[in-house]
Amino acid sequence: MPTETPDTQHSPDATPAAGLPPGELIRLEQVTKRFGDNTVLDHLDFSVDAGKHVTLIGPSGSGKTTILRLLMTLTKPDEGRITVDGQQLFPATEKEVREVRKKIGMVFQQFNLFPNMTVLRNIMEAPVTVLGLPKDEAEARARELLEMVGLADKCDARPTRLSGGQQQRVAIARALAMRPQVLLLDEVTSALDPELVAGVLDLLRDIARSTDITMLCVTHEMSFARDISDQVLMFDEGRVIEAGSPEKIFNDPENDRTREFLSAVL
Amino acid sequence: MTWDWTAVADFMPYFWDGLLVTLQALALGSVISFALGLVWALLMRAPSRWVRWPVGVVTEFIRNTPLLVQLFFLFYVMPEWGLTMSALTTGVLGIGLHYSTYTMQVYRAGIEAVPVGQWEAATALNLPVARTWRVVILPQAIRRVVPALGNYVISMLKDTPLLMAITVLDMLGRARLFSQQNFQFTEPLTVIGVAFILISYLASLLLRALERRLAH
Repeated sequence: MPTETPDTQHSPDATPAAGLPPGELIRLEQVTKRFGDNTVLDHLDFSVDAGKHVTLIGPSGSGKTTILRLLMTLTKPDEGRITVDGQQLFPATEKEVREVRKKIGMVFQQFNLFPNMTVLRNIMEAPVTVLGLPKDEAEARARELLEMVGLADKCDARPTRLSGGQQQRVAIARALAMRPQVLLLDEVTSALDPELVAGVLDLLRDIARSTDITMLCVTHEMSFARDISDQVLMFDEGRVIEAGSPEKIFNDPENDRTREFLSAVL
Repeated sequence: MTWDWTAVADFMPYFWDGLLVTLQALALGSVISFALGLVWALLMRAPSRWVRWPVGVVTEFIRNTPLLVQLFFLFYVMPEWGLTMSALTTGVLGIGLHYSTYTMQVYRAGIEAVPVGQWEAATALNLPVARTWRVVILPQAIRRVVPALGNYVISMLKDTPLLMAITVLDMLGRARLFSQQNFQFTEPLTVIGVAFILISYLASLLLRALERRLAH
């Protein structure tokens, strides 16, 4: 596979992925993950096409977050195959894993900003050390992103001095600075005070609308899911029990468990 | 018991020599224990148990045998193996090595206290492991352990008189020599006792200032 320069990572006409249908970016086949006796993913199959926004909903502990963590290689599956842009993970060499990680960005529930660095350095660190961007270019990119997330004046602040909502917006900027093809959003508003949620969701709506980035989103914000999703996957006990367009899932769910879940959260 | 100020005055020139040696031993011993302790702590996290196991055994051994025995060993046995060092060098190495087995545990606790989310964020950003240690984990871990490291400096200060046993003329060595020559024990021992308290106190003030500076 040709090495992509950061600036061409968004181009949709990259080399067709070996073994995957055209346009398919992520594929999970028969993926099982257990924690002790608890099976969080049970022979799961699903795929995501490039550029699509997929929302994972379902009760807590149904395995949604685990999928994001598997794709980010933060945890390993017990069985099954995971393929990202033609590259199989588990097993893969360190080099192959790094190439896959380059294509994926992740935003965490707890932000996970580096408290020992300023906001600007949080965003610049990976573009400089991983992508090899010159410092001034990385800084320009970081400032541009901070502008976009509405925090241009916080460059030199320490993350701990910011509100939760501001920290999460910095974390989004930090993920985007790597120009990933895929953005994984793991309950990104769950740790926020209620009045700060809207700002973060509006930002993500903008990103969903204005970029061709593929999004996998675990959320309990159903109106947000309805707005941005091309597809909604309903999880229960480690399986996808229903999948469809947001209109279908939210207005006319077929599965009883989906109906129950939605009536409880809506 | 009478207090003789002239004895104090007579002792002072020797006291300054001793103080200098004590401070040298303390400063160099601290540097060695801080650096070596970090090396041990990092080696103990190596993926291979062929690294972790020997490091664990050696450091456990050093931690659980008396410093005085180690000093004697370094001073009297090493020359038989062809390694001769001055008494002060031997003392500094001995005290630094001994305390590195304590500081390694301090570092370990500090490293483990860095939230796992920091590692995960570094992985998600694709940072190389060495870079993650250097710019993310260690700066946060070390900041947490400064108070504990400082306490070991004060402990180390109180162990420096052991160096007298290998002929180093630290403060206690000077006081003893002076006492034996002049048959005056009270004054020199009192002077160095006060000096130990003052050094400890100053060190704790410095430490607190450092802690305040390191607060986020």
